[in-house]
Amino acid sequence: MDNRPLEYDYTIAKMFMLTTVLLGIVGMLVGVILAWQLAFPGVNLMLGEGLAEYTNFSRLRPLHTDAVIFGFTLSGIWATWYYVGQRVLKVSMAESKFLMFLGKLHFALYLLVVVAVVGSLLMGITTSKEYAEFEWPIDIAVVVVWVIWGMSIFGLIGIRREKSLYISIWYYIATFLGIAMLYLFNNMAIPTYFASGGIGAWYHSVSMYSGTNDALVQWWYGHNAVAFGFTVPIVAMIYYFLPKESGQAVYSYKLSLLAFWGLMFVYLWAGGHHLLFSTVPDWMQTMGSVFSVVLILPSWGSAINMLLTMKGEWQQVAASPLIKFMILASTFYMFSTLEGPIQAIKSVNALAHFTDWIVGHVHDGVLGWVAFMIMAALFHMAPRVFKREIYSKSLMNTQFWIQTLGVVLYFTSMWIAGITQGMMWRAHDEFGNLAYSFIDTVTVLHPYYTIRAVGGTLYLIGMFLFAYNMYKTMTSARRVDESELQTASPMGA
Amino acid sequence: MDIATIQAYAYFFFTAFLVVVLYAYIYHLYSSQWKGKRDYEKYGNIALHDEIDDQPVEQISKNDDKKVGGKNE
Ligand code: HEM
Repeated sequence: MDNRPLEYDYTIAKMFMLTTVLLGIVGMLVGVILAWQLAFPGVNLMLGEGLAEYTNFSRLRPLHTDAVIFGFTLSGIWATWYYVGQRVLKVSMAESKFLMFLGKLHFALYLLVVVAVVGSLLMGITTSKEYAEFEWPIDIAVVVVWVIWGMSIFGLIGIRREKSLYISIWYYIATFLGIAMLYLFNNMAIPTYFASGGIGAWYHSVSMYSGTNDALVQWWYGHNAVAFGFTVPIVAMIYYFLPKESGQAVYSYKLSLLAFWGLMFVYLWAGGHHLLFSTVPDWMQTMGSVFSVVLILPSWGSAINMLLTMKGEWQQVAASPLIKFMILASTFYMFSTLEGPIQAIKSVNALAHFTDWIVGHVHDGVLGWVAFMIMAALFHMAPRVFKREIYSKSLMNTQFWIQTLGVVLYFTSMWIAGITQGMMWRAHDEFGNLAYSFIDTVTVLHPYYTIRAVGGTLYLIGMFLFAYNMYKTMTSARRVDESELQTASPMGA
Repeated sequence: MDIATIQAYAYFFFTAFLVVVLYAYIYHLYSSQWKGKRDYEKYGNIALHDEIDDQPVEQISKNDDKKVGGKNE
C-alpha cells in the first residue's frame, strides 16, 4: 500500500461523462433528422427505399426520445451522481472496493441495455407505450441496473463522513425512488409467448392495463418521468454546481427544503393534464389541472433560490460562460414551469393538445433547462476529474450563443405552428362545417417546421463544439493544480 | 348525506389540513433557527467545503473519525 493521501475517485463519473456526450450527440442527431423529415418528407428515404424501414419517422422517433432521456439525460444524472455524491458526503469511492465494483457493474450493464434498446427500437420491437417502449427482457435488465444504482447510493451514504445529507442528495434519492416506482408499475406486462404456451415471439408482451386505466397509468408514469427524470435530478445538479462554481452558498437552504417537499407532493398528482377531455373521470382531469397550476410554486421556489444565490455576484454571469449556462438553465426552468401549467388549464389545453405547441414546450424545457444544466455540470467537472483547465472559454461562449439561438428558434416556431394548427383545426363556418382540411394545416406549417429544423441543427452544432471542447480538455489542455480548482473553473482562452 | 356532499366536505378539510401542514413546516424551519435548535443555513456550506480533507459541516461521529460510518454518538 502506498501512502498517497485519500482522493475522490472519479472513474465511474468519467465513464458516464463519456456516454452523456456520445448519446447526447446520437439522440440529438436523430432529433434533427426527425425535424428535417417533418419539414421535408423526402428525408424519410435518405438512405434509399431499401432501408426506408429503418430511416422513417416512426421508427426513429422513439429512438430520439429514448436516446435523449435514457441515454443522454440519465448518463448525465449518473455522471454527476458519481461526482457530487462523493463530494458532499465527503467519502471517496476508493474507500470501498465493493462500491467501486458496483459502479463498474452499473456502467457495464447500462451499456448492454443501451445496445439492446437501440437494436430493438431500430428493428421495430416496441410495446408502443411512450417512453416505456422496451420489451420485458430489457425492462428486467433496467430494473437490475436501477437496483445497482440504489445500492451504490445508499452504500455511499452508509460510509459517509458528513452527517447531514446536502439538498442535492435528497433530490438524487427522490429520483431513484420515484423512477423505481413509476417504471415498475407502468411496465407491468404479460409475456405472451409464455402465457400462451408458445405463440408469437418470446420477447413480446401485452400490458396488464387496458383502455382508460392504461392511459391513466401511462400518463401518471409519463408525466412523472418528466418530474423525476427532467426536473428532480437536474435540480439536484444546480443546487450543487451553481453554488460551487460561483462560490456562493445557496441563498436559502430552508427554501430549498420547502421546495423539495412541495415538489414531491404536488408533482405526483399532475399527470392527469395529459388526459384532459378524454375518458378518464372528470374529477381527475380537474385535479390534474389544479395540481399543475400549484406546481408553479415549488418549481419557482427552487429556480428563484438559484437566481438569488447570484445576488450581488451578477458580474459573474457576464464573466463566465459556465455561469451563463446555469443561469439560462434556471431561467428556462422558470419559463417552462410557467408554460406547462398554462397548457394544463382546460380551455387552453383544448386548443394546445395534439399541436406543436406541446413539442415546443417539451423542448424549451429539455434544451434550455435539462441539456444546458447537464452540459454546465460536465464543464465544471471536467477540470476536476481530468486535472486540466477547460480547453477553450471562447468556444464555450460560441456554443452558448449558437445553442441559445437554436432553442429560441425551436420554441418560437413551435408556438406559432401549434397555435395556428389548433386554431385551424377548430375553425368552422356558420353551419359547423370545418373550415380547413388537415392538408391545409400542413401547408401553412411548413415554414415553421423548417425554422425548427434549423434551430435544432444549430443546437446539434453546439453539441459538437461541446464534445470537441471536452475532448481537448481531457487530452491536451493546460494541466492545473488543486489550488486552482476551489471555486470558478479554470478556462483557457 | 349523499356522496357528493361527503366529497365536498372531504375536499375542504383536506385542503385546509394541507395548508396547515405547509405553514407548520415553514414555521418549524424558521423557529428551529431562531431558537438555535438547528442552523439550516450552515448546510449550504456542505457544497462549498467539499474537499475530502475539509472539516465536515457536521461530523458523523464526534469522537472517532477513523471509524467511518459509525453511529452518531
Ligand atoms: C437537437 C436537438 C433536438 C431536436 C432537433 C429535437 C427534435 C424533436 C422532434 C422533431 C420531435 C418529434 C416532434 C413531433 O412528433 O412532432 C421530438 C420529440 C421529443 N423530443 Fe426532441 N429534439 C431535440 C432534443 C431533445 C432533447 C435534448 C430532449 C430531452 C432531453 C428531447 C426530448 C423529446 C421528447 C420527450 C419528445 C416527445 C414530445 C411529445 O411527445 O410531445 N429532445 N424532438
